Amino acid sequence: MDHFPTNWGRPRNDAFDAYATYPIHQRPYNGPKDSFADGVQRTQQPIVTGTSVLAIKYKDGVMMAADNLASYGSLARFKDVQRLHQVGNYTVIGAGGDMSDFQYIQYILEELSIDEISAQDGHELGPVEIHEYMSQLMYARRSKMDPLWNSLLIGGFKDGKRFLSYVDLLGTTYSASTLATGYGAFIAQPLLRKAVEGREDVITEEEARKILEDSLRVLFYRDARSLNKFQIAAISSAGVSISDSMQLDTAWSFAENIRGYGAQTQ
Amino acid sequence: MFRNTYDSDNTVFSPQGRLHQVEYALEAVKQGSAAVGLRSKTHAILLALKRSTGELASYQQKMFRIDDHVGIAIAGLTSDARVLSNFMRQQAMGERMMFNRPMPVNRLVSSIADKAQVNTQEYGRRPYGVGFLVIGQDQSGPHLFEFSPSGNSYEYYAMSIGARSQSAKTYLEKHYESFADCNLEDLIRHGLHALRETLQQDKELNVNNTSVGIIGPMGQHEKPISPPGSFRILEGDNVEVYLQSMEKKEEAPAPASVPDAAPAPTADEDVQMSG
Repeated sequence: MDHFPTNWGRPRNDAFDAYATYPIHQRPYNGPKDSFADGVQRTQQPIVTGTSVLAIKYKDGVMMAADNLASYGSLARFKDVQRLHQVGNYTVIGAGGDMSDFQYIQYILEELSIDEISAQDGHELGPVEIHEYMSQLMYARRSKMDPLWNSLLIGGFKDGKRFLSYVDLLGTTYSASTLATGYGAFIAQPLLRKAVEGREDVITEEEARKILEDSLRVLFYRDARSLNKFQIAAISSAGVSISDSMQLDTAWSFAENIRGYGAQTQ
Repeated sequence: MFRNTYDSDNTVFSPQGRLHQVEYALEAVKQGSAAVGLRSKTHAILLALKRSTGELASYQQKMFRIDDHVGIAIAGLTSDARVLSNFMRQQAMGERMMFNRPMPVNRLVSSIADKAQVNTQEYGRRPYGVGFLVIGQDQSGPHLFEFSPSGNSYEYYAMSIGARSQSAKTYLEKHYESFADCNLEDLIRHGLHALRETLQQDKELNVNNTSVGIIGPMGQHEKPISPPGSFRILEGDNVEVYLQSMEKKEEAPAPASVPDAAPAPTADEDVQMSG
């Protein structure tokens, strides 16, 4: 016989589970329910996204570049988005990935900066501190299975030292003299490495700008979620300067030589 | 006379605008044995007189390391000191974890000052019964701070706290202008002279009852340490060479030492619970 009153009158199979041992018997829960927490959803996928960010170290400091596009899937939806953000007097953070999460990150960093400024004791947050803080934040969120869906480049110049590092939604960090996120990591990184590695103390600001622009152009040709409107940030002993939006000139005339292009039949 | 009616609750002011419980807490600091702190352009040091309950007992520890770049000397209730120094260690550790930098010393001291202030304003809580001298170094150089149970903290060129500390302060006031350019050995010598002023008759500084805490680059007599010079404590035989460098004390009869609030006829009758 089945000893448990709560199983009486319920379906059971005498042949293999006479005592209704499976599913495991549980008392019905009639206590307080948190319907808000029950309805909470965690970030499952990025919605409005930015693509690659590129950065290199050069003679006087660090330079970072990103286009002005926030895509909505395959739709090029917002074409004047600033994906490079200044933090304090020494750091620039560039983000790819979910743009709403990046806006939240900007808010957090703003709060941090305000606290530091109000201390007014001569200490300032530099790129090293910002990077450490972001690493801890991103890793903590990933460990809660609620990531900030971004890949971030943090670049800066403080106390005579250049700084360039990467941190992403998994909390992975690394540092090098050339870095790129997203498609840039596949397409632009070899170009940046070829141009920069070993010559970090030689490259002038103009040359650095050209290197980044050339890589952005290649990305515009090849990355289907990119745009030819972009900004470049330069951080050096003179401080942080993020340029206005610029246009990339491109040459598409090669397309006419492709069979099947346009109205061609053969 | 009248102050007795206003001194049992922490949250009651006296008609003179004083919080007597907080002032009694400051008395507890004055019961502890002396600690002296001073700094130069390159170093900040602490010197402390350790007490023991008797010949069989060990000497009470007076200095604690908070982080590589911060150390403290205590005067007052040692148990309160442990709690507060643990809190300081957590703060310093948290700053390294979050920002990968040593905690700015003034912010660290402000954090315990704010914590201590809460205990002077909430009903039912008693103030901490311990004062600190905090030395540290950060981007703006070496620093010396005093923390007191009232929740006040100040930065100093030189300071002393604990029993008979006024005598040490007199010495420090006379000589502090020369501290800035002293090398480490001279700075320690000045500190030992100041600490010696706080001793009772027929007592003397020896390797058992003196400890020295240092922040700053390596000195002549120290075994090699890497710059910028983490906080380290010198005790026992390591102190001998500095004790030797002290000048002989003048034999002129010193005036009776400043009468303390509590009687202390012999060393062994000093209050036991504080260090």
